[in-house]
Parts: sequence; structure tokens; C-alpha cells
Amino acid sequence: MPILETIGLEKRFGGITANHDVNLAVEKGARHALIGPNGAGKTTLINMLTGVLKPTAGRIMLEGRDITDVVPHERVRLGMARTFQINQLFLDLTPLESIGLVVSERLGHGSDWWRIVGTKKAITDEIVEVVERFRLTDVMHERTATLPYGKQRLLEIALAFTCRPRVLLLDEPAAGVPEAERHELLATIEALPAEVTVLLIEHDMDLVFSFADRISVLVNGALFVDGAPEEVARDPRVKAVYLGEELDA
Amino acid sequence: MSTKNATAKSLATPAANVSAYLKSRARWSPFEIAFWVFAFATIWLFPGKYLILKDTAILALFALSLDLILGYAGIISLGQAAFFGFAGYFAGLVAKYGIVNEPVIALMLSGLVASALGFATSFLVLRGSDLTRLMVTLGVSLMLGEVANRYSDITGGADGLQGVDIQPLFGRFRFDLYGHNGYVYCLSVLFVCFVIVRRIVYSPFGLSLRSVKGNPLRASAIGIPVKWRLVAIYTISAGIAGIAGALLTQTTAFCSLDVFSLERSADLLLVLIIGGTGYLYGGLIGAVIYKFLQDWIANLTPQYWQFWIGLVLVVIVLIGRDRMQNWIAAARGAIAGFGAWLVMRTVALSGAAPDRH
Amino acid sequence: MLTILFDGLAYGMLLFVLACGLSVTLGLMNFINLAHGAFAMAGGYCTVILVNRLGVPFLLGLPIAFLVTALIGALFERTLYVHVYARDHLDQVLFTIGLVFMSVAAVDYTMGSSQQFVQIPEALQGQFNFYGVGMGKYRLLIIVVCGLLTVALQLILAKTRFGSRLRAAVDDQRVARGLGINVGAVFAVTFAFGSGLAGLGGALGAEILGLDPTFPLKYMIYFLIVVTVGGTSSITGPFLASILLGIADVAGKYYVPKLGAFVIYAIMIAVLIWRPQGLFARATAR
Repeated sequence: MPILETIGLEKRFGGITANHDVNLAVEKGARHALIGPNGAGKTTLINMLTGVLKPTAGRIMLEGRDITDVVPHERVRLGMARTFQINQLFLDLTPLESIGLVVSERLGHGSDWWRIVGTKKAITDEIVEVVERFRLTDVMHERTATLPYGKQRLLEIALAFTCRPRVLLLDEPAAGVPEAERHELLATIEALPAEVTVLLIEHDMDLVFSFADRISVLVNGALFVDGAPEEVARDPRVKAVYLGEELDA
Repeated sequence: MSTKNATAKSLATPAANVSAYLKSRARWSPFEIAFWVFAFATIWLFPGKYLILKDTAILALFALSLDLILGYAGIISLGQAAFFGFAGYFAGLVAKYGIVNEPVIALMLSGLVASALGFATSFLVLRGSDLTRLMVTLGVSLMLGEVANRYSDITGGADGLQGVDIQPLFGRFRFDLYGHNGYVYCLSVLFVCFVIVRRIVYSPFGLSLRSVKGNPLRASAIGIPVKWRLVAIYTISAGIAGIAGALLTQTTAFCSLDVFSLERSADLLLVLIIGGTGYLYGGLIGAVIYKFLQDWIANLTPQYWQFWIGLVLVVIVLIGRDRMQNWIAAARGAIAGFGAWLVMRTVALSGAAPDRH
Repeated sequence: MLTILFDGLAYGMLLFVLACGLSVTLGLMNFINLAHGAFAMAGGYCTVILVNRLGVPFLLGLPIAFLVTALIGALFERTLYVHVYARDHLDQVLFTIGLVFMSVAAVDYTMGSSQQFVQIPEALQGQFNFYGVGMGKYRLLIIVVCGLLTVALQLILAKTRFGSRLRAAVDDQRVARGLGINVGAVFAVTFAFGSGLAGLGGALGAEILGLDPTFPLKYMIYFLIVVTVGGTSSITGPFLASILLGIADVAGKYYVPKLGAFVIYAIMIAVLIWRPQGLFARATAR
């Protein structure tokens, strides 16, 4: 049984259909990439998966459970987390505080109002572990707004990772990251634990083909092709619609 | 440079250091200790000024309640007066009809009642834009004023609540015209509420509020139930505003319709703007400056006080709140530095003088 | 009952003329102008001076009040408001509340704090009796004038070049600028016009609403209710909202005098719970 599945998922904005009859199946432990031209509906799909947008039709199943009507923060508790294409960070908080916040919430201590932050060993231990894993140790006390873009992107992923999701949705993680900082980012993504299922939206074909074990192609809001990387790369239709354009550009 | 040293240490025993670092930020700073020592010292330092000091303390508590939702949760509200007035009338009525005689218990009940009202109206501030929130909060406040006006047989209407007789505090301390007991009462309540609020702000709950204010989308994406946190802080803030209102009624034995007025909510915003939001002392400092301004201007032009307040508001906005906050922060730093220098000098002098006995 | 409907209609249309400038300002520049009521007050006092002290005929005093207030609005916009456009809503609220306080105190100082009455010409006093429905002549004038104004506004918006530039700028400021529309000029003119309308409304309304220095504070909440309930992306929204509120207020004060104004606030809160963007708003790109 796929860990994440959509059945006939559809999203219409007035006269515009952003997603049409999307039947996506992500297997447990997969490294699944979602690619497609700009405006194909990838981010809309992610927004529906995470509950930010309500689908016009269709259902979403997480580990066999229908989550179509579950609110976003509940989905996190059910094991799904995401990153954003444009960084959505807590600019006035430090990475330490941001990560600490996620750990605290996950362990059920988010609404403790009588206790000072930093007094639970389990939480501080985990904060340190995550900060080191995501190479943020040297900037962990700086205000997020002052961090270089590459570090911010790492923090973006760190926040989602700290939710300890079973399914992690990465929305164009390499977007806008300068060449010098890419290596760190890509290495971190490669190092994600095998038990975590990853659904990756990306335009960077090098990353997609080195990382993914399954690729789905979204064109004009509908699933076009779905299969192993070699199949997708060989498929003439895909080349014409998407990869062909890439090669020309 | 010091960050590098901190990280060198933190790499050695990282978890313990992170914990120590986080805990150290919640420690009371020298400025804070000096502030409260001075605040309580005013009881002995300014014996003739109890009434204005008491008003300042109540205003400070009221401003603290707004800072909680404005500075920490980002909710713009013109309606804190609703809770202030509601609890004010409640405290007056329970005293007048002898339902609750001990002022402290009446105070706590008033706070609870205001919290209940806050909880009931909290869902109104969760929806819509800034303007909607502004309108709805103001609307509730004015509506309560209308209700209080219409049911004048209970509330005394435009004349105010008459015949309120407050029993002595703990059976011993009567609130008299001189104001000494009233002031100590208000200042102590302010301090207790402040300590509680301070604890909340430095807690994981408080941190989550800051994240909600900064980026509500991401907050919900990491599992924070944004709506419920906002409801919680709004309820707490309403309770504190209510306590302030009840204090006013208890120490003046009177309550009138102007507790619900737009002017009261606007003055509160002004206090917070002067003092700055988001660091807890803004309301307190702002209240002191505001009262000082009011006293000074009232002596100059008693009738047209509103004009000068309006001018202050306009000028402050034109200068820019950020710049004002920087000035206030600089002033705070200067005061703390001066205080520290004073302390060190005193210690040095007393240490240097040899004991000749 | 029909008399109440008639009175409510007059009251509502008056509210509309007063509030539509505010609605357009908010929709156009996302600027919360709580001092809008001060312009209405200015128009009212201007008319009082013109008619009572200078002997200008009432019907001539109205357009003069419009012009004077529009000029004041243009002046304030260029010198003061322009500095606060880019600020966040809290700053705008504080700034305009400050202006309200200043204007209230200034008027109190110069004109005294008692209520002012405009000397209405004889021809407008009294009532018509139309099939048993009592129609105040003055209220009839209000309905006629405001009705004409509303039609004129709709025509300007829909049929003129300026109107289309304004509608474009309200819909999406950035794109409008990109198309070469001078959004700053559009706004200056609109602000002046809206303030002028407020002044005209204040002049017309002095007789019905009561004119004293606390006018901006008393009635600001009404204008804001109209704008919040009616939304800011059209003229018809605030128009319908004003009529609704006018009739509700008059009816409320007649049938349930104990809780008169309570009805208005309750309706507003109920509407905002149901539709936070207002009853008639479209979702616009921001």
C-alpha cells in the first residue's frame, strides 16, 4: 500500500483548472520526484497535500487514512511535513529557537506556559543533534533574517525534518541556492534517513536524476508520465513536452 | 568574536550549553531588578503623589494586556476597553450588592469574568484583515458601552455606578482618599501579574506565539494549532485588562461609561507606541511617560489636552516607531549603565574605606 | 412603517455619501483613514459659517462646502498623508486618530463645543403627505441629492477614462503602475474628491446627525461599519450596506429604543463573522 496517495484529485479556481484527475501514489521509503514545466500545478498539488488548499474534488490518503478534511497542523502530527519553495522562516527567531520550537511542539510541550524554554533535556539534546546534522552550528545563535541564503535554505529543510515526518515534501529545495552553497544542501538531502519517504519537486535535473528512484511528470495540471527515471528519460513524449525544452534552453 | 567562543564551547558539551544559554535569557536583568526596586521605592519616595502613581500602575497593567496580544501575537485591537469596563462594572456591582466583600477575591473573579468574555469573543479576532479585527474589537467595546448605557438602572448610566462601598483589603487596609493603600495594592497586583506574564512569554508557549506573529503559515506547517494559541493569549490578555479595570473601580469606588470609550482604547495604543511593544516593559515605561505628559500638558492647557495628544501621535508616527524604539532602547541601556556604574562606585567606596573601629 | 423606511433610506444615503470616500481610499491604497469623519465635520462647519453668518443661500452653501473640503483634503494628502502610505496599518490608525483628536480640539477651540444648527431655508422645512406617508422635505432633498451623486459616481467610474484608471488601480496597483497609470495622481484626486464628498455629507447631515466637535468620534464607527460590511472593491457594496444600516438603525431606535445603536453593532459583528471580507467584496489581487 502506498504511504501517500491521491485519488482523482482536482483543484479549480473559478474558470481555471490547476489540477485535474491526479492519481499519485508514493511508496514507503521512496525518493519520488515530481517534475513539470512552470505552471503545471506542482505547488498547488503540494498545497492540497498539506491542507493549505482545499481540493475541489478527490481524496488524499496518508498511510491508508483519509486526510482530505484534516487541518494542516493536524497533518503534521499525522506524519507529513513540507518545505516551501520560497523560504517561510521565522525571521526574528534564531535557528536554535526555530528548531527548538518544532521539537517542543512535536513532543507535546508546545503549550507549556509555566516553564522556561531550555529546561527539558530531551528537547535540548535533539536541538543540538538537528543543528549539527544540518550544518547550522556556527550560525545557530544568529537572527534568521541575517543568515546567508544557503543557510536559510538548510534551516527551511531542517524545520520540516525536525517534525520527524514519515513523508517529507520538498518544494524546490535547490531553488535560488548559489553554486557555492549547493553542495552542502544536496549532501544534506542525500543524507536523509531511508525510512523517511521523500516527495521532491524540482527543476534541477541533475538533482532529480541523481536522487529519485521514481519520477512523476505533471503537465497542465494532470499526471503525464509516471515511472522509473530511465523510463521517463527515454520517453519521447516527456522529451518533447519538458525535457526537450530544457535541452533547448 | 564572542559567538565563536560560544560555539567552541558548545561543540564541546553542546546540549548543556544550549540549555544554559536558553535559560540565561530568561534571567532577570540588572535593568529589570533596578526598575522594580525603584518602583516599590516610590511608595516611600513620593508620598504626596499616590493618586497619580496608582493611575499609572493601573494604566501600566492595562497596557501590558495589550502588549501581550499586539506585541507578541500581532493582533491589532481597539477593544481592550471592553474587558476593562466589563470587569470594572462587575467589581463595582459585586461590592455594591455585597456579593463578594474581600477585594482580592472580587479582583480575581473580575479577571475570570473578563477572561470568559475574551474567550467568547476571541473567535471574532481570528478572522479577517487588520481592519476587520479593528472594527470588530471596537464594535464589541462600543456595544458594551451602549448596553451599559441602556441598562442604567443597574449600571447608573451616564452618572456612573453609585454607592460602591469597598471593604478594607484583608479586613485591615481601607482604601482612603490619601491613596497609600490603594497604590500599594495596585502596584503589588501589577507586579504579580507581570511576573506571571513574564513567565508565559519566556515559555515554549510564548515562543510559539512569537512564531505565529512572525509567520502564521509556517507555524501551522510545523504543527502549531495557530487558532487555539491565539484564543489562549487573547483570553489571558482579556483577563489582565479586566483585572486593571477592577482595580480602578475598587480604588476609586466608582465606575462610569467612559471605561468603554474609544478614547480609552486609543490612549492605550498611544502608551504602547511611546514605550514600544514586544518586550514587556513597553507598556510600563509608556504608561509612566504618558502620565507625566498628561500631567504636564493638563497644567498648561487643561481644556485642549486632546489636541496635544493627537499631535504627539502624529509626530510619533512621522518619526517612525522603529526609531522611537531605538531611542527608548538606547535610553534603557544608558540607565542600566548608569545604574551599574553607581552600584560599582558605591561598592568601591565602601570597600576602600578602611574599618577604623 | 413606511415613514421609517423613508427616514432610514434618507439616513442610509447620507451615510453612503459620507462613507464612500473612505471606502475608495481603503480599497485603493489599503489605507485606513480614521480621520475621514473630520472632513465631514469640516464641511458641516463650513456650511454653518456660510449660511448662518455670511448669509449664503443653503443650496449654494452645499457645493461650496464640497469644494472647500476637497481642497483641504488635497492639501492634507500632499503634505501629511503621503508620508504614511507605506506604513503598516497600526501606524495609519494611530496617525489618523491623532489627526482626529487634533481636529476635534481645534474645532472646539475655534467654534465652541455646543451643537450647531444650519438655518435651512423655509422651502425645505416641514413635510409632504404622500398617500398617508409623511415625507420630510429635507429628507427628500437628501435622497434626491445623494441619489444623483450615486448615479454620477457610477457613471464616472464606468464611463470615464479616469474611472477606469481608478478601477484598475484598485484592482492591482502594481500592474496599474506598470501600465503607465499615474497611481499617485489618481489617488490624490480621489482622496480630495472623497473628502469633498464627506464634507458635502457633513453639510447635508448637520441637520439630521447633529453637528458638534465630537462628530468625527461619534460617527467614525458608522463609516467604518459601512466600509467593512460593504467591502471596498465597488460602489454598490457600500451603497447597499449604507441603506441596510440606515434602515436598521432607524428601525432599531424606533422599535427597540433601549438598545438602539446596539442593533447596528450586532449586525456588523454578525456580518463580519459570516463574511470577513464584507458582504459584497470580491477577492482582489493584492
